[in-house]
Amino acid sequence: MAVQPSTTIVPEEVPDSSLGTSRAVHLFFRNPMAWVGIIGIVLIVLFSFVGPLFYHVSPLATNVTDLLAPPSAHHLLGTDDLGRDYLSRMMYGGRLSLIVGFSAAIASMIIGVTYGLISGLVGGWLDNFLMRVIDILLSIPTLFLLLFLDVTFQPSPLELIFVLAITSWFGVTRLVRSEVLSIKQRDYVEASRAFGANNFHIMIKELLPNVMGTVMVATTFQIAGAIITIATLSFLGLGLPPPEPNWGTMLSDSMSYMYENTWWLIYPPGIALLWTVLSINFISEALRGAIDSRF
Amino acid sequence: MLVYTLRRLLQAIPSLFFLALLSFFLIHIVPGGPAQSLLGQHSTPARIAAINRSLGLNKPLYVQFGIWLWHLVHGNFGYSYTFDQPVLQVIGTYLPHTLELVSVAIVLAHLLAVFLGTVQGYYQGRWFDHVITTITFFLWSMPVFWLGVLFVMIFAVDLGWFPSGGISSPNGPGGFGSFIMHATLPITVLVLSTVASWARFMRSSLMDAMVQDYVRTARSKGLSEFMVLFKHALKNSLLPIITLFGLSIPGLFGGALVIELIFNYPGIGLLTWNAAFQRDYPIILATVMIVGVLTVLGNLLADLLYGLVDPRITYR
Repeated sequence: MAVQPSTTIVPEEVPDSSLGTSRAVHLFFRNPMAWVGIIGIVLIVLFSFVGPLFYHVSPLATNVTDLLAPPSAHHLLGTDDLGRDYLSRMMYGGRLSLIVGFSAAIASMIIGVTYGLISGLVGGWLDNFLMRVIDILLSIPTLFLLLFLDVTFQPSPLELIFVLAITSWFGVTRLVRSEVLSIKQRDYVEASRAFGANNFHIMIKELLPNVMGTVMVATTFQIAGAIITIATLSFLGLGLPPPEPNWGTMLSDSMSYMYENTWWLIYPPGIALLWTVLSINFISEALRGAIDSRF
Repeated sequence: MLVYTLRRLLQAIPSLFFLALLSFFLIHIVPGGPAQSLLGQHSTPARIAAINRSLGLNKPLYVQFGIWLWHLVHGNFGYSYTFDQPVLQVIGTYLPHTLELVSVAIVLAHLLAVFLGTVQGYYQGRWFDHVITTITFFLWSMPVFWLGVLFVMIFAVDLGWFPSGGISSPNGPGGFGSFIMHATLPITVLVLSTVASWARFMRSSLMDAMVQDYVRTARSKGLSEFMVLFKHALKNSLLPIITLFGLSIPGLFGGALVIELIFNYPGIGLLTWNAAFQRDYPIILATVMIVGVLTVLGNLLADLLYGLVDPRITYR
């Protein structure tokens, strides 16, 4: 056996999807972890997107007479150093963090899955070439690259989604490719080919449904990763630009007042982030359980 | 194996060349060069032009790249604009601090992960397993910087056990005592942020090993449970962890960057950070290349170690 350079992913046998899918769905929803995760995500989405409809306080309105006020009936989560209502900032901050995180993850999945499908299916010199490109890209220290891009370009949210997406799809590609390599040997793919199906048809109709399980698990990882990365960058003062709030920036702003015991500034953004990532990871765990136990 | 190693190293050359090319051109196409940040408010077009000329920044970009690359392959990383020192000298003072953090963290995290994962995998489903699984699941979902902030809050601000940052205190202990004082919090955060995924990995790896035929054989030979666990199951389930070791190097440096910024720890991360803001091109390029080389070496190390512990693998 030869060493597969830096890949330890052994493609599992993928069962025929027709029966397996409904079983996996059933198993997923029977897992309490799935429900914990789903409820967690629903709550945070409601908080960020529906909350502002009921809580009519601007996240940007400053008030010099009410700086660093602790939580009260007037400001449920207190105010920040510019007298802005913190609960409102938490809600709007959630919007931006979630939208950017989800979009970046979806975009990187689209690139990664397409690349992996093509590389695995076509094979030969093209596969060789495409995988060498991945090896090169993987040797780039991502955080250093992101740091650099952010310092120099100061991206808008849309550009940030793009940057996050193009720096995070390599792992997905490898996963998808290694699965495709085993699936494309199956009889049903051969049969489809014998009926005159072209590569595109095989990719969409035969391969994609069969890598869907892996893709879904990988998507949850990507979403959690993107939300953390965007928060980290914003925490470092890069990433999403002010004055629109986001959890990462709010956390780093609150650090300036650490010695003044302003706990209401420090804990909420951190807990909200942990809550979100934890919920996604619960779903991820349940998904993995459901898909693995099909065999 | 020697041939394999050499071939892998040769294959790394195009990767590193591409990395050099990409980072070099990205840096230089950005508006606002080092002259601007060196001069600050004293900048005039004439002064900027003079500085650009003295730094060689007025030449065409591909010529600059050629010169830089030529020096690089001769081991010359250039001259830092802001430190007024050779880049290697600057890196020589900052890199050891990061290496101290990362190496201590790697060793501690591995020991802890192997211990936790093994006990969990062996006593699967018992209370210890549940408690540790819950804790690692939380840690796994925890952004590194949030963990760092919490640690500063609790152990530096509230309890005052450790300084909140830096690497030396004016009236604190010197030498190793100082290292313990200043490195304990950053290292702990680094360990906690990596141990979770490794322990989870180790747990499932050991659980896989425990149901293998060779474990049943070992048991039926009448070996004690201790011998079965340590001599047979553990040895085999360490394989994936060893691979992870090499692959985790870039992530650890990324984590170290965030931690160095939070704790104001003068390592290579903090250096890159400051250099990026001051447009100190030679420093940025050098640190990116160093981390790139470490990543490539980490991948190679992972594959070589894998073969070393698993005799079924041969290198072609």
